[in-house]
Amino acid sequence: MPHETFYSDLVCIGAGLAGERVAVEAAAAGFKTILLSLVPPRRSHSCAAEGGMQAALGNCAMGEGDSPDVHFADTVKGSDWGCDQECARIFADTAPIAVREAGHWGMPWNRVEAGKALCFKGGVCFEVDEKPEKQGLITARAFGGTAKWRTCYTSDGTGHTLLYTLDNKVTELGITVHDRVEAVSLIHDGETCQGVVARCLKTGALRVYLAKAVLIATGGYGKLYSETTNTVINEGGGQIVALDTGLVPFGNPEAVQFHPTGVVPTNILVTEGCRGDGGTLLDVNQERFMHIYEPEKAELASRDVVSRWMMHHIREGKGVPSPYGPHLWLDIRHLGEKHITTRLREVYDTCRHFLGVDPITQLIPVRPCHHYSMGGVRINKDGYAYGLKGLFSAGESACWDMHGFNRLGGNSLAETIVAGRHIGRQLVEYLKGAEATLRTDLARQAVAKDEARIKRIIAGSDGKESVYEVRNAMQQVMMEGVGIFRNGTDLQKAVDDLQVIYARSKKVGLKSSGIGANPELAMAIKISGMLRLALCVAYGALTRTESRGAHAREDYPARNDRDWLTRTLAYWRDPNGDLPQLEYEPATKVFHLPPGDRGYGKCEIICREEMSE
Amino acid sequence: MSRQLKFNIFRYNPQDPASVPHADTFLLEETPSLTLFIALNKLREEQDPSLMFDFACRMAICGSCGMVINGRPGLACRTLTSDLPAEITLMPLPVFKLVGDLSVDTGTWFRATNSKIESWIHTDQEFDPQATEERMENALAESIFELERCIECGCCVASCGTANMREDFVGAFALNRMARFIMDPRDKRKDADYFEVVGTDQGIFGCMGLLACEDVCPRSIPLQDQLGLLRRKMGFIALKSIFKRKG
Repeated sequence: MPHETFYSDLVCIGAGLAGERVAVEAAAAGFKTILLSLVPPRRSHSCAAEGGMQAALGNCAMGEGDSPDVHFADTVKGSDWGCDQECARIFADTAPIAVREAGHWGMPWNRVEAGKALCFKGGVCFEVDEKPEKQGLITARAFGGTAKWRTCYTSDGTGHTLLYTLDNKVTELGITVHDRVEAVSLIHDGETCQGVVARCLKTGALRVYLAKAVLIATGGYGKLYSETTNTVINEGGGQIVALDTGLVPFGNPEAVQFHPTGVVPTNILVTEGCRGDGGTLLDVNQERFMHIYEPEKAELASRDVVSRWMMHHIREGKGVPSPYGPHLWLDIRHLGEKHITTRLREVYDTCRHFLGVDPITQLIPVRPCHHYSMGGVRINKDGYAYGLKGLFSAGESACWDMHGFNRLGGNSLAETIVAGRHIGRQLVEYLKGAEATLRTDLARQAVAKDEARIKRIIAGSDGKESVYEVRNAMQQVMMEGVGIFRNGTDLQKAVDDLQVIYARSKKVGLKSSGIGANPELAMAIKISGMLRLALCVAYGALTRTESRGAHAREDYPARNDRDWLTRTLAYWRDPNGDLPQLEYEPATKVFHLPPGDRGYGKCEIICREEMSE
Repeated sequence: MSRQLKFNIFRYNPQDPASVPHADTFLLEETPSLTLFIALNKLREEQDPSLMFDFACRMAICGSCGMVINGRPGLACRTLTSDLPAEITLMPLPVFKLVGDLSVDTGTWFRATNSKIESWIHTDQEFDPQATEERMENALAESIFELERCIECGCCVASCGTANMREDFVGAFALNRMARFIMDPRDKRKDADYFEVVGTDQGIFGCMGLLACEDVCPRSIPLQDQLGLLRRKMGFIALKSIFKRKG
């Protein structure tokens, strides 16, 4: 039976903020665009972003004197000089425009209220005087690793509200959305990407999408870990289909962020805005400790730094014992009822519903857990994927790479619409010059290959391994060996274990019938791809013998700018192999800000040779 | 001592010609802080891998997991089994098209309805990237956010008498959405424009005032107030237009 085939100029895999922002740009320029999404777009993980997005508007009193230059410098320092500085520059310059544009489309940003107001920092109260001439302009709150208050927000539902605003725009433009569709493979001829083979998650049928350009905007790969704030759909689908071409590299797979304040035991995120607004971290004695480790930034150092000190403090025996292991406390009680029920409303709801804790009067149990993927499909500064013409990526799924080895809070939500806007424009230019030479024979071959593989999984032709047991084993290894603190011994063990689990993943067979929108089959189709990603993360981490940002090696504690001021490019060229091929490129072609001290997270630095002379 | 939970779960796979709608029973040992998210995943992974249901964020912000829990629409992810009796009956949300078991197609329904009510800012003003943003009072931004908090989980629609009887009723979610645009000065639509969209039987005048929507809304959005205000405003516009015609 022929497969249902859809033709368009652009097909976007993923309809979160980045995918939708690119789609808006393409559709507004008159190009036929189809958005594919695992879930209805408004349920994408973008909706879970809470605290806000960074943009140097400088409207609020504590943001006075801010500029894209300061934002750029904060971002580069936050990345531990792992970022591409050209991208960080485009980003910082465009962020204020993207924020105002979202406002123009209906985003109800919180605004400056002129006059005196009481604020908190590190639990201490101080007074801020907002200027009358700024009344009603978009305001901002403090986030970690920033010199100014720069994070624009709507309460702590910023991602939700921004996603609805963007999806309203998508609806207004009448852009076609196919939700509950999962990409299975890319259609290409070794040089140019021609489309996508996808599975309908309503019927189970395979479909073909042929297009002049394909965008991957599928978010991160958090579900390689069991303890993550990520939604259940962040399984790395976009990175899998790109890596599987054997042509497109996975950039910096080992750059994985752990967020300081995941709730224990559910790993639900409570926003960095809690600390930005003056919340503190307390230990078993209900005493603050971050100011001891980080005298300057305290609770508001970058996420990698705060997470490490928290784990260090727990290792020192200062954790609060619980049936779910030791944790620490987040204290926002002093912010008061009005602030908590308006500006931190999601936190208030989450604590009450999932923990039975009232954060107005009680402490919140928190512990660092997996949160964000800095690595992803490696693209150039205009969004073009390395290795395959006509393939683009944007947002968390991409390694653009403005985050390097640590992303600042508020910079991911910002990246979605800033990169979406910029890359969308570049994509429009590409589409203007692109002729369709769509080859249905390639599509037929690709879909036949996927179909044959799916039949074998359903029939259990290669074995009867349980897909859930395989996934759980992978997640366990990643938690134990490729976590916040890493070392050669544990990483080698992780790689070895993952190779064994990878072999098992190829022998997965279904227990159920596989008919229709079967969830076991959906997991079985991608499990070996998830293991390839996990192997890239673990092997990339093993090979990088330095510490940089979120990649903290106990056996190589120094940041080594002499040998490792580089970006990992992981290729999976041999479909029958069980390790990626790692190559490296300079982290950045241009230095607006030469490598130096971050100002927090004390770390020895091995300088570049030309620097040390 | 922990309880033995008995789940009665609606089962039907429309893609399988051999499948007929029925209920399956599953037993599960209750553990501390067990939510329906954890429970359903355990059932799928340990007892029946074909079991269909929807979750995404598992923190009550994405709206994926609306289902009828012991007769009442709610979000499964934040429902603790300790708040329920030992026998738990789970059904898919009515009104929406069934995908299978507990999974329903809310995406198509909400997109169609959002298109129908033109759920976006209507303005002729071009965005100027160089200009400072238009000012807005913070209190107004917060009021808009209060209504914008809807996550389109479908619980209000599933619990609505009118929506269950009439396919063309837009539901409390859409009326709340219109109220949000009406209060937003950036939306340049006039009273008559809003009236055309929701001043109808498919809109506010289809509401029977049963207000189950407000009772089940997991976001505690003040739907009763918004429906009341909207009814009054639309009624007023209707009266005004009658007098205008006579004059």
